[in-house]
Amino acid sequence: MNRLNPRRLLLGVAAPVLALGVAFVVTSAILLVLGDPVGEVWSTILSWPRPRQLVQVVNAATIYYLSAVAVAVGFRMNLFNIGVDGQYRVAAFAGALFAGQAWFPGPVNVLLTIVVAMAAGGLWASIAAYLKVRRGISEVISTIMLNAIATGVVQWLLLKVAVKQPGSNTISTEPIPESSQLAGLGLIPGATNKVYTLIVVAVVVGFGYWFIINKTRFGFDLRATGRSETAAVASGVKVPRMVVTTMIASGALAGLIGMPLLFGQDFSYGTTFQAGLGFAGIGIALLGRNHPVGIAIAALLWSFLDVQSNALQIRAGVASEVVFIIQGVILFAVVIAYELIRRLEVRLEQQRVARELAASRPDTPAVEGASA
Amino acid sequence: MSAAGLEVGTQKVSGTPTRRLRLSPLQWVGVALGAVFVLSVLRVVTGANDVDSSGLLIAAIGLAVPIALAGLGGLWSERAGVVNIGLEGMMILGTWGAGFLGYHMGPWMGVVGAIIGGALGALIHAVATVTFGVDHIVSGVALNIVALGFAKYLSVRFFSTLPGGGPTQSPPLPQLPSFTLPGLSDALGTLEQQHIFFVSDLAGVLRALCTNVNVLTIIAVGLFIATWWVLWRSAFGLRLRSVGESPVAAESLGVNVIRYKFVAVLVSGCLAGLGGGFLALVAANVFRDGQTGGRGYIGLAAMIFGNWRPGGLMAGSALFGYTDAAQLRGGGTTVHAFLLLFAVLLLGIGVWQIVRRGRRTQGLVAIVVGVLVGIWYFTTEIVPPELSGTTPYVTTLLVLAFASQRLRMPAADGQIYRKGEGH
Repeated sequence: MNRLNPRRLLLGVAAPVLALGVAFVVTSAILLVLGDPVGEVWSTILSWPRPRQLVQVVNAATIYYLSAVAVAVGFRMNLFNIGVDGQYRVAAFAGALFAGQAWFPGPVNVLLTIVVAMAAGGLWASIAAYLKVRRGISEVISTIMLNAIATGVVQWLLLKVAVKQPGSNTISTEPIPESSQLAGLGLIPGATNKVYTLIVVAVVVGFGYWFIINKTRFGFDLRATGRSETAAVASGVKVPRMVVTTMIASGALAGLIGMPLLFGQDFSYGTTFQAGLGFAGIGIALLGRNHPVGIAIAALLWSFLDVQSNALQIRAGVASEVVFIIQGVILFAVVIAYELIRRLEVRLEQQRVARELAASRPDTPAVEGASA
Repeated sequence: MSAAGLEVGTQKVSGTPTRRLRLSPLQWVGVALGAVFVLSVLRVVTGANDVDSSGLLIAAIGLAVPIALAGLGGLWSERAGVVNIGLEGMMILGTWGAGFLGYHMGPWMGVVGAIIGGALGALIHAVATVTFGVDHIVSGVALNIVALGFAKYLSVRFFSTLPGGGPTQSPPLPQLPSFTLPGLSDALGTLEQQHIFFVSDLAGVLRALCTNVNVLTIIAVGLFIATWWVLWRSAFGLRLRSVGESPVAAESLGVNVIRYKFVAVLVSGCLAGLGGGFLALVAANVFRDGQTGGRGYIGLAAMIFGNWRPGGLMAGSALFGYTDAAQLRGGGTTVHAFLLLFAVLLLGIGVWQIVRRGRRTQGLVAIVVGVLVGIWYFTTEIVPPELSGTTPYVTTLLVLAFASQRLRMPAADGQIYRKGEGH
């Protein structure tokens, strides 16, 4: 499986390229039907961003990446954690509350806050894990319900602990002390804004995800369960335990999503904290095929489209919401393209095996092109 | 469970197949009367007069119909073996379709627009899952993201410039007719105001059933009956369900599995779209971004709760519509009254678990939680609005937690089928 076969590589690249091509055509057609200026839309979106916007792309991608990895962990074993959205908000609130107390100095506070947030996210996810394993409730339904419940619970708790932001009507948790605020990294020359310091967390998470999934017993069990549950059970994998572990891991990773925002931009959790990141993560995980590098590329593409679409209203006279259509069409095209390429792969593999079998046993009639 | 995901060995095969309780129409009436009785006791004990007022029940019917229609859509699709998480997306497209055609061409064309919107979403889902064999949940989740994006863009594009419209909402929409039985409604209203135990409560329920009933509500009830008849009494329905139970067997008998699945998903989309249309045309009289608020998912949960059958689905939607109405109207006070009911229920379940089934730990946990909820009831006056807003979702989870292990979904639900697989 791990041989670097040129054909496999070609097919692997073919799916996203095919999907992007299809998405381009379909989106253009939709814009034409709606009577929007197709040329201007594409020239605005596909222009090279200025340094300031590059920083925005990288920052948004960092957060998307964390969100998508949290989703992907579950996806790898057919566990659909739709609840990343609720988990990260519970975790961001818990983390902000903890960091705001300033019980520990500077960087120690940051590290411990991350631990607290991961614990809170994992704890919230464990409810869904319990409901699935002990009560047989699909995680898809339960996590969606828990998202809505998380919204209510966090709002209620926020009102209990909130302080008023000076000069505005929004409320938030106690701001984190200045010693724990992270100024950011000047990675991109010529930009006045900075890249989140906690981009390192995303890098660590990406590497850790790759290592655990591909190089550990746990990762093997996880992938085996995702490929075939019956085969995994037969080989001794305890699926309920895997479900609990994976769901909590997914929730803990979801807990990280809010951290770059908390320490690099907002410095507290309030009513204006960015929402909806969990759902974007689902799309990006699907787009990146649950692969650590694939997700990174997908996250960059997603945030690139986000940032570039901001100029659409001014430069093309088109509402920036058009980006949702582009992202959605890409998503569907990719999902279908992956499935088509996978089938093609299976068919080619079957043909190859059939050919080899026929060659090794010349006395039996050759079987050509077994049906998929 | 509904998802095509992991089984985790929760299905327990019991020695004797237990037939699920099937109620005759008369018994359903008995159950409904029993529920009214419990509510009237709760009303008298807690003094929260709104727990079964006709006003609340009218609101509950209005909130139950979209959930029921979405669930009915889910029923069609899952009976044919296609898991439909995309109901939410189809509903969203339905709300936009209703807003667009409803504003420009009148309320009935709004209904058509809602159905078209839902059907377009279903077409995408059907092409992805049935034709191309994409995982049902992946496709459904993707559809929800796509539909949300489309509705956002289209509303900016088409509603911003209209008088009374805006980037996230349409101008007010023309109304569909609704009906009231003139004399009866007022008479029942007077009786209800007397607050006599049980009698007034029954009057409240009856008044809700004959006051301000929207024509779409009546159509929805008709669709329920039609669905039951088509799926369980016609040859077409038998084939459709056989596709969801065992596609290989169905195909060997000459059923065109792919076509049946496709049709089922399309019908599913029409129904979910109509549910969205109800939200826009009847419940709010306006299209608004984010209007569905997860009702597609709740519809799916109601269908699971209803054991993939129309009657159960109707009961599930009624429950969710009711809890939603309670939190919206009465807010904290009515939900606060539920706490008492919930505490008593938990205590009952706990005692039953220990005495009849010998499960000490489970029984004890239920009793402890019940006592805690009871303490919460007696030490507070009201449930905070942020928390009471989560009532429908908490109810969904609790109901599923207690019911889900007795349910049986279509045997091949969520499985990807390719033509000629059995050969």
